[in-house]
Amino acid sequence: MSDSGPSSFSPLVSAPGPTVRPVHDPLHGDLLEVSMGPHHPSTHGVFRMMVTLDGERIMKLKPVFGYLHRNHEKIGENTTYLGSMPYTDRLDYFCSMTNNWAYALTVEKLVGQTVPERAEYLRVILAELTRLLNHTCLAGFLLQDTGASGTPLMYAFREREKILDLFESLSGSRMMCNYQRFGGCRVDASPEWIKAAQQVVANYGEFLDEYEALITGNEILMARTQDVGILSPELAVSAGITGPMLRATGVDYDLRKVDGYGIYPRFEFRIPLGDHGDTYDRYMIRVLEMRESIKILEQAFRDLPGGPVMDPKSKLRGFRPKPGESYGRIEGPKGEIGFYVISDGSPNPYRYRIRPPSFVNLTILEDMCLGQTVADAVIILGSIDIVLGEVDR
Amino acid sequence: MESLEQLHARLLARFPGAEITVIENPAPTAQHSLLLPLALARDIAFFLRDDPALLLDYCSNVTGVDWPEKEITETTKTTVPDPAGGAPTVVEEKTKRIEPGKLEVVYHLFSIAVKQGPVIIRMRTGDRTNQVTVPSLTPVWRSCEFQEREVFDLFGVVFAGHPDLRRILMWDEFKDHPMRKDYVEPDDYEWEPTPHGAVLEKARQHYPAVAPADAAFPGAPPSATATATPPSPPQP
Repeated sequence: MSDSGPSSFSPLVSAPGPTVRPVHDPLHGDLLEVSMGPHHPSTHGVFRMMVTLDGERIMKLKPVFGYLHRNHEKIGENTTYLGSMPYTDRLDYFCSMTNNWAYALTVEKLVGQTVPERAEYLRVILAELTRLLNHTCLAGFLLQDTGASGTPLMYAFREREKILDLFESLSGSRMMCNYQRFGGCRVDASPEWIKAAQQVVANYGEFLDEYEALITGNEILMARTQDVGILSPELAVSAGITGPMLRATGVDYDLRKVDGYGIYPRFEFRIPLGDHGDTYDRYMIRVLEMRESIKILEQAFRDLPGGPVMDPKSKLRGFRPKPGESYGRIEGPKGEIGFYVISDGSPNPYRYRIRPPSFVNLTILEDMCLGQTVADAVIILGSIDIVLGEVDR
Repeated sequence: MESLEQLHARLLARFPGAEITVIENPAPTAQHSLLLPLALARDIAFFLRDDPALLLDYCSNVTGVDWPEKEITETTKTTVPDPAGGAPTVVEEKTKRIEPGKLEVVYHLFSIAVKQGPVIIRMRTGDRTNQVTVPSLTPVWRSCEFQEREVFDLFGVVFAGHPDLRRILMWDEFKDHPMRKDYVEPDDYEWEPTPHGAVLEKARQHYPAVAPADAAFPGAPPSATATATPPSPPQP
């Protein structure tokens, strides 16, 4: 074992606190150890932060989770390939459409399955609607965490409900959509649905204008979020941070451009990048991404072709991929959501792994919170945008 | 981006004598992977991260795979010519061998700096019980920190050099590793020692199950007398 190589430890690994003091210190006073959570409204679920405080400053923070752990990967190994599709809805329950897509994409790569044109367009439409929905909710929750109780969150939820209505009329369920299949989509979208979706997208820009007029220039929000929880681009890359959090630090990495999965290369859109990597940037990136999503949606509705939504050659029953493995990833609203599937030729996957963006993004929670106050830690956690169903799996 | 064969050749030139093998992936994705020797894995990982042609600065996914011991039956067919000049006979010979079990850790590496990937690297433990230690790659990529803890928790792979190797999803007192293929779930997940159990145990030790008086009268129910008349506390 080479524990001490020539360059064995990178400087990015250690995260020393501002001062290292014993918990019991008769000279300067004791540090306070507080368990924030798991039942705390600011933790977005059942999440616990073991914080060590010097007065109001955080000296140490250890995230504790697993309260929702149901060993999803083991369940996936004990059911068929398609049987895991409804379970992927329950990972990040805000973004079931993108979870479905990531899983379908991985299995399609495993068996070399193609997807019809119309299904590709519908996937993009639904993924971008999911991005709108997720980022809107995040903005609402972030404002709730800063103490703007109620109103911004309800504004966000009003818009979210319109998108959830679309999902419900298309797939039969508001949040647990279970819509994608290997080789296409489960049902086709009717012309009425397309019209209704276009209407929602057309009104979304107006909502964003209104929301931004209320929030973005707000002095209290700026005071609470600017220069709070700064993340350096080097640490973000090393820690595997993805999604809006990574781009808020100024690193240009969006899988829609890099991998160009699906039909994303056909659309014109830009990747907003942050400058400071603080909480305000993370909020702002999401607002800007929503505006880009609206652009993608308008182009997708304009070009949406007719035709089938399911590849007629795709196999639903007796689906047994040949031995092999594949790793597929897409740009989910929270970051890179990836699936890793190993097949041994049987109807069940031999190994079924989810690469959850929220889980990996939590790695640097301590680094961002050290030296900040408890109230700031709440906002920083809110700006990471975690969903515990995905963290704990 | 260079192909995996080119990378393999370059790694062998940089680390002479290292047992680096290419694991083929027959799926249409053709995502082949490199199996690294444990002793050099961290040095190779640093090389992969810092090499200017690769710059694999982003470790996306870390996961474990459990390969239990399995019996493989191989059939070899040999054609034996008939000495009398007739048609040759085909003799099938079946040999059985046991492939030892192992745990495997898989890393999916990408490059954000030059936008390429994936390069997949693997490490294998010696067996599934005693030699389960592999070097931690958290010093190379910070994103391995929580994911290696998860592999340790669910598969039981020990990562040498990990800064904080604890259980992450299961609770600390949990004993087994649930993602292993031979894991058997307990009858009662919720059981835990409670004060109630401790009190019962104390009572059992305090009151003997069969009082000496019962031995003289075999007809009497033994437990009734034993519990009905507790011995009086000693007087001061």
